[in-house]
Amino acid sequence: MSTRLESASPATASPATARALRQLRRHGGLVALLVLVLVNIAITPNFLQLQTLFVNISQVATIAIVAIGMTLVIATGGIDLSVGAVMALAGALAPLIFLSPFGVAYPALGLVAAFTLPLLAAMACGLFNGFMVSVLRVQPIIATLILFISGRGIAQVLTNGNLQTFSNPSFSYLGTGRILGLPFQGWLALALAGLVYWLVTRTLFGRYLLAIGGNERAARLSGVPVRRVKFGAYVICAGLAGIAGLIVVAINSASDAGRNGNLMELDAIAAAVVGGALLQGGRAPIFGAVLGAVIIQLVKYTLLANGVEDEVALIAKAFIIVVAVYLQAGRRE
Amino acid sequence: MTTPLLQMTGIDKAFAGVAALTSASLTIEPGEIHAVIGQNGAGKSTLIKILTGVYRRDAGLIMFAGKPSTISSPREAQDSGISTIYQELTLVPLRSVTENVTLGYEPRIWGGIIDWPRAHARTREILARFGIEIDVRAPLGSYSTAIQQLVAIARAVSLDARLVIMDEPTSSLDDREVEVLFGVVRGLKASGVSVLYVSHFLDELFRICDSVTVMRDGRTVARKAIAETTKLELIADMLGRDIDEIRADGMTELGGGQRDRSGEVLLEAKAAATDRRLHRLDLIVHRGEIVGLAGLLGSGRTEAARAVFGLDRLQKGSVSFKGQAPSDPASAIAAGIGYLTEDRKAEGIVPEMSVRENVTLAVLPKLSRGGRIERGRERALVEAFIKSLGIKTANMDQPIRELSGGNQQKALLARWLATEPELLILDEPTRGVDVGAKLEIQAIIRDYVARGFGVLLISSEFEELVEGADRITVMQDGYSVTELQNPGITENALVKAIAHHHRGQAPA
Repeated sequence: MSTRLESASPATASPATARALRQLRRHGGLVALLVLVLVNIAITPNFLQLQTLFVNISQVATIAIVAIGMTLVIATGGIDLSVGAVMALAGALAPLIFLSPFGVAYPALGLVAAFTLPLLAAMACGLFNGFMVSVLRVQPIIATLILFISGRGIAQVLTNGNLQTFSNPSFSYLGTGRILGLPFQGWLALALAGLVYWLVTRTLFGRYLLAIGGNERAARLSGVPVRRVKFGAYVICAGLAGIAGLIVVAINSASDAGRNGNLMELDAIAAAVVGGALLQGGRAPIFGAVLGAVIIQLVKYTLLANGVEDEVALIAKAFIIVVAVYLQAGRRE
Repeated sequence: MTTPLLQMTGIDKAFAGVAALTSASLTIEPGEIHAVIGQNGAGKSTLIKILTGVYRRDAGLIMFAGKPSTISSPREAQDSGISTIYQELTLVPLRSVTENVTLGYEPRIWGGIIDWPRAHARTREILARFGIEIDVRAPLGSYSTAIQQLVAIARAVSLDARLVIMDEPTSSLDDREVEVLFGVVRGLKASGVSVLYVSHFLDELFRICDSVTVMRDGRTVARKAIAETTKLELIADMLGRDIDEIRADGMTELGGGQRDRSGEVLLEAKAAATDRRLHRLDLIVHRGEIVGLAGLLGSGRTEAARAVFGLDRLQKGSVSFKGQAPSDPASAIAAGIGYLTEDRKAEGIVPEMSVRENVTLAVLPKLSRGGRIERGRERALVEAFIKSLGIKTANMDQPIRELSGGNQQKALLARWLATEPELLILDEPTRGVDVGAKLEIQAIIRDYVARGFGVLLISSEFEELVEGADRITVMQDGYSVTELQNPGITENALVKAIAHHHRGQAPA
């Protein structure tokens, strides 16, 4: 009696279908964006108004800025859950500084300090994350969970849990200014994306970042300073989160440590993944992350503008992530 | 004549079109301790995984206990009486000994609740059979590796195993623990259980096994009774050499060694030891010289390379490269050492990156100014290497994973040549590449040495070492035991040096 086993022949799709699928995977983000815009034109009242564009740009800028940093961290094979808390911390510090006796006495200096000190604090958070991950070798998800929990707590302690309102036109320019008629933070997000894109594609740091995510052992054996590069990724990510935190405070002319950047880590991760970042690392599509942020924002807006409840909007966001991850799984083969 | 307990015949298995097993066979008698040996990639573990239902065979017949086997999963293997003790223990260290022994087969009352008193009693009784008396309520992880291994075996036996598969069971045990393990194995045999024993340590075979199957290149090349064979004969079978040739030991073939050996000392290791199974390494490499590092699997060749490259910290002794001791890969590279690793996938290529990015990874600091990569110089450098090494790629921006193994290897060789190292460590540089690429790679190495640099060549291919190296340092069990000089090394002399006992163990 023979027990020869026949091997199951894998189901093969027709070449045309396969090619269409590949194209969809490569340009999935743009297709999704196009579909979203068309759907909105069809169903959302007043979608083709300038005001709609302004609202969306000012909302998407913070997601995009954080997602750019998140993309760098994800490219090393890590993740940063603390970005939302870092936003809250940076955002809480700024008004504290320019409302302080020093800031009132020297408005110009106070303004400069209100930009730089929060950013330095944010980057210190990044140093902490980088230290946990690359020196103590803690799993990134656990390492950044520490600041995810405590960062917002620190911010709330600093402000006694109060909403801090202020009126400082110079500072508010960050969130309400216009260049060529479009919101300042939109331009800022684009400029930052360009800068980080240059960093990734043209510098030693960027090449090392991708090598570490692609094959950390091989990178180390090739003399790549793995620790320093990981530090760099977490510090840049936290710094960008700090900028986003300042923008949110500037938009509202108020700092609410409890809400600033709340759930931002999820939006940023979603945007990065939709944009084509691989969670196991090795890829850093910066403008993909910007596109991902736009898609996430448009979905939110679409649901909101059509009266869908927030809770349902969350489900829709989850669905987008599932689709993006599925398409990626195929792309990896 | 008794019916064999296990009879595997004509087993074929291919992975992605590459044959891993070709008409392999394995026969084990009841109550027999049977060894399976072979070099890396000979097909031992593939054969075992087919037996235990991890892989499906492409062709062939398996008879177990007189019936055709239909095992298609490890659980089914266990249920039909085949238990596997893996190299890495697959038990649950944080749970109690009892839980580990009875896991999945707990005695129950009323259908659902575990009967703990009975479970503990049964575990104690099972362990007592092996002369182990421990607290069965303590977490398994609180005991030594040896005890854990014995518990794994006890578990296997408690499941009424008729065949116990042991994969490198002694690799993590000390001498005393090995004795205890051997006692248990003999106990199994006495109770009629068969044991399939996989080990790289040939000495153990002569102490514990009844018979042996030798595999080479996916085929079964010999099945012998241990009492009727010798260690030399087994090595000859494993390596595919003629035993008489090895015995004759004629020093006739002229090898390398024509190179000028007056070059200064480039690398010197004195009694170097790491805590990664390198016990004592003495090694010298001069400029303009290829020094071979030979030895069986697990003899410490790769560990020696890691120590030289500063990857593993030295516990004893010294390594000096041009008077310095590299403390990590980055400093080794800066000092002028390149290290082409053995495992191309895990430690070599960055698969998602392009050929260009892979080639320049180690030399990048020299190609950049103020942190910015000078792309023109990068492209020119890569272009030159693609031409001079004949790397077959559509263009330099093609992802390296799309290249053939041989071309990936050439690209990695280019990665190290680009750093202009004075010492190049090559660990199995031609493994898994086709013949054409192999000859090209060897030619590249020759040219490189001719320019006055040194090469440390690790290879399992005796031909490559004998013909290529000026001197060969032979390693055994983490010690460098002897050195051969070219011209005058023959493959047989090398095989003999590798097989010979240098450290006063009992002769086989």
